[in-house]
Amino acid sequence: MLNKQNSKQIEKRDAPKTRPAPFRWRDWLVVLPFLIFAFLFILLPSIILLLGAFRDNTGKLTLMNFAGLLDPSIVSAYWVTIKISLATAIGGGLLGFLMAYAITVGKLPRPIRTALLTFSGVASNFAGVPLAFAFIATLGRTGLVTLLLKNILGINLYDQGFSLYSFWGLSLTYMFFQFPLMILVITPALDGLKKEWSEAAENLGATQSLYWRKVALPILMPSILGAMILLFGNSFGAYATAYSLTGGFINLITIVIGSQIKGDIYYNPGLGYALAVGMVLVMAVMMAFYYSLRRRSERWLRK
Amino acid sequence: MKRKSFWSWIWLIIGMLYFILPLYATFDFSLRARKGVLSFLSYQNIFKDPNFWSTIRFSLVIAVFTIIVSILLVVPTAYWIRLRLPQLRGMLEFISMLPFVVPAIVLVFGLIRVFSGAPFFLTNTYFGTDALLVAAYVVLALPYVFRSVDTGLAAIDVISLTEAAQSLGASWSTIMFKIIFPNLKVAILSSAFLTLATVIGEYTIASFMVGIKAFGPYMSLIGQNRTYESSSLAIISFMVTWSFMGLIQLFNRGKADSGSLAGAR
Repeated sequence: MLNKQNSKQIEKRDAPKTRPAPFRWRDWLVVLPFLIFAFLFILLPSIILLLGAFRDNTGKLTLMNFAGLLDPSIVSAYWVTIKISLATAIGGGLLGFLMAYAITVGKLPRPIRTALLTFSGVASNFAGVPLAFAFIATLGRTGLVTLLLKNILGINLYDQGFSLYSFWGLSLTYMFFQFPLMILVITPALDGLKKEWSEAAENLGATQSLYWRKVALPILMPSILGAMILLFGNSFGAYATAYSLTGGFINLITIVIGSQIKGDIYYNPGLGYALAVGMVLVMAVMMAFYYSLRRRSERWLRK
Repeated sequence: MKRKSFWSWIWLIIGMLYFILPLYATFDFSLRARKGVLSFLSYQNIFKDPNFWSTIRFSLVIAVFTIIVSILLVVPTAYWIRLRLPQLRGMLEFISMLPFVVPAIVLVFGLIRVFSGAPFFLTNTYFGTDALLVAAYVVLALPYVFRSVDTGLAAIDVISLTEAAQSLGASWSTIMFKIIFPNLKVAILSSAFLTLATVIGEYTIASFMVGIKAFGPYMSLIGQNRTYESSSLAIISFMVTWSFMGLIQLFNRGKADSGSLAGAR
């Protein structure tokens, strides 16, 4: 108790990093444009969606829009979106981790590391319409890989129930930008593993696998989980890739919101708002997890 | 030790196949527009299409405005907060992470609802719609522009530089444009190219706001009616992304920094 107080006092006595400036209106004027922008284009749209979610067509307060979320087709849309996000976060996370491992701890030659990181930068940004085209040319009905498998191994993917335009096809497509993202996020964490830790473990008689199980993985775990959450969010909010691959014929939550904006079929603005609010809520929970995990990982992996 | 590098190579090769196969397949497909022979016919068709040029020009202009607006918005704010208002730092960080929480499809939904009606009526004019598109892209770019600028500011001693400049009689605009901006060159350039790479083929927001005028929706339209041309578009778009990202890499010199993460598709 006493100790704590002591350290607090010492902290207080340290010189403040910046001079405590007196409150001045001019100081706030400089940041005002940014604040106005953030209010108009981030906050206001979110508030309007949130308020709209609690109102019916005549403007009266209601919870009916949220009841609409329990509609089986909506529940299934959320479920499919979550499944795809989970599958690609775990799959992309694993492959990305192993590749990042290969270029850091695995000691592959330096030029390979540079090339892979550049490639990851490109691939993690290569999404949307062109990515859909690329996968149609690869795994579509007349795609290169589909034909190769048929002509050489005699496997007809589409007879086996595979379709590029369904769950697994979409997951494989998302993976193209998911695992490069994992490589980019996790490589710094793997770089942060200190050689001394592995040497110390070895000196104490630990095998490599014991070192990984007891030292490296526990240290890396918050970073790995955090990165996977980032991947989850990345595919949870994806619209362009799914829409251009399936033409809108897959029941994802982003696609449902898209059709609500266009107002084509079952147009119900209130439900659209509620859907959007639901999405933001899921993302907010994910980001909260991400930040608490990141704070944990920073404890060990300081440079 | 040997086993370790064996598995490293295996994982690397699997991953590289995942990268290369789709690109190879797309390229191969794009060459087959003329039956029986390999040709660049589909590329010629694309380059002959006036809509290709007009949409890519439109998206480029939008991207340039996005970059200008986001730099002008973020740099002075981040600088000032480091200099005078450190108590606002947490808030600034929070605001610039918000776009991660609001997916593009939700953002465009909200923006249309707010700005198509009273009192703004932005979507009634072409100029208003384009401006709204720029604003939406500034929001999308905010997380990585902020992070990149903030890291850049952390690397220079903002307070000493400012005081030195002031004691030599520099005005605020001199400090901003002759000292802060040049010192942030790397941060600004790399976030600018990342913005360019993401905005130029962006589909979600563009399709709801401006439709076929922008390059993303144009690609999508080609995909619906022209098989081979869509593959050549994918290759072209990959080359464009590649060249922008390559430039960023050039500035950052192979650092594995998270400055090159965009997100929101």
